[in-house]
Amino acid sequence: MKQGSSVALKVMAGAGFVFLYAPIIALIVYSFNESKLVTVWGGWSLKWYVELFRNEQIMSAAWVSLKIAFISATLASVLGTLAGFVLSRMRKFAGKAMLTGWVTAPLVMPEVITGLSLLLLFVSLENMFGWPAGRGVTTIVIAHTTFCLAYVAVVVQSRLASLDETLEEAAMDLGAKPISLFFLITLPLIAPAIISGWLLSFTLSLDDLVIASFVSGPGNSTLPMVIFSKVRLGVTPEVNALATLMIVTVSIAVIAAIVIMHRQNRFKDTNK
Amino acid sequence: MLSKLRLGRMAVILVPMLWLAAFFFIPFLVVFKISLAEAMIAVPPYSPLLQWDSSNAYLTFKVTFGNYLYLFESRFYLDAYLSSLKIAAISTFFALLIGFPIAYLIARSRPTMRTILLALVILPFWTSFLLRVYAWMALLKKNGLVNDFLLATGIIDQPIQILQTDFAVYLGIVYTYLPFMILPLYTTLEKMDLNLLDAAQDLGAKPYQSFFLVTLPLAKPGIIAGCLLVFIPAVGEYVIPALLGGSDTLMIGRVLWDEFFLNRDWPLASAVAVVMLIVLVGPIMFMRNSNKEAE
Repeated sequence: MKQGSSVALKVMAGAGFVFLYAPIIALIVYSFNESKLVTVWGGWSLKWYVELFRNEQIMSAAWVSLKIAFISATLASVLGTLAGFVLSRMRKFAGKAMLTGWVTAPLVMPEVITGLSLLLLFVSLENMFGWPAGRGVTTIVIAHTTFCLAYVAVVVQSRLASLDETLEEAAMDLGAKPISLFFLITLPLIAPAIISGWLLSFTLSLDDLVIASFVSGPGNSTLPMVIFSKVRLGVTPEVNALATLMIVTVSIAVIAAIVIMHRQNRFKDTNK
Repeated sequence: MLSKLRLGRMAVILVPMLWLAAFFFIPFLVVFKISLAEAMIAVPPYSPLLQWDSSNAYLTFKVTFGNYLYLFESRFYLDAYLSSLKIAAISTFFALLIGFPIAYLIARSRPTMRTILLALVILPFWTSFLLRVYAWMALLKKNGLVNDFLLATGIIDQPIQILQTDFAVYLGIVYTYLPFMILPLYTTLEKMDLNLLDAAQDLGAKPYQSFFLVTLPLAKPGIIAGCLLVFIPAVGEYVIPALLGGSDTLMIGRVLWDEFFLNRDWPLASAVAVVMLIVLVGPIMFMRNSNKEAE
């Protein structure tokens, strides 16, 4: 078939893209709105950005969330890389099917179930062993690590599946020990996957409302929990400003990553 | 030497395995256990299943199926399950309808264009889910942009209620889960051998015929994966019905949340979760198996 596509297809897909982006663009434009009535246009202004940075509740929640996201993403990257490696490089072992299930299921598990089940686990553990004492940053980190781990494992596993094993086999033939083989050959090859897994985990953790609401304790509100309690009552201009900042940051990061990957791919293609 | 190697291998397997067992699998058993308890005013707010009575020196073991009976006897919970399944299924269908042309267009674009379009699909997936739902609140309000637009074009002559309706919930689910539908569809459509379409055309198939007889069957794995990735989490969705739905929008994720946070009935919330899990086990297993086939 021709490379080109029919007009009807382009119109349908174009409408789809408008659907994806119109709300985001409206949100960004209205974050610069002078008027407090979020939907009445009162001229351009940076007022709500100033208000946002003055809002101590939002700022301290943002700090809590960034800390949690950093620790969870790091832990999830280590554990997820191990899980992805085990699933794609190890021969059959007892429990492999079970591990596959445990890695895939968190990706689609409704958050209310994950949140409730972890909370009940923490409460039971505390009753039996006195740990974890109360709930807060630690319990949120454990919860986020668990569901982010699954994402990292899937990304790493698919990267490993796309690599051919000749390099690893060559290193083994030359007498490399398994540990040096992993750190010198495999790890550099899957590093891009681990980095994107880390970034994905970081954003997922930063964004999670439901699970954190279940497993957090009093006085440990994360950013999404504060946003949710605000927007529940209606549209809030400071949240528009916050959303704009987050969307712009993420967009720059994603676009940069894609440009870099695209260049690398072109480089690879010309080398073929 | 060999034993050291095997020890290392075992450690590598055991670390992620134990973590997931402790924080993913065992929690479900705890939920099941607590679903058999009774709610009571205590810390934690449920009755113990096993109790050691030290004065009489005997152990009591008490389970109750009352929570489950209650779920099945009361119309409310059954309605909530059915309504969640319905909302998730209809939303999945519309996500497929909107997602397919996009995925198809991306798969048939030139490489540079393909990268750009793919980035445009992935970008919303990386930006906050909560904020994307929130963005619709401003649009759908009584004096929001959608109403303004409809008024300006003369389609309606006074603002209509869109926010806090079931329609807003469908819209929110389709919107937020669309990237999950597009990406697997794109992956299968991109792998498709275009010579097959040429062959179909040479044999006299009209474009719509080759679409239904060639493209659609070949895209089946992507369609299944995309639909499950949207359907399963949508069934238990909480944020979207809470922010966009009305007070009468019945979804089981929201019922569980209210049972837990408002009524503090942990055992009943657990029973709701167990039944939801049983409902979803089928689709989840199906997804795992179709993943395996794809490998």
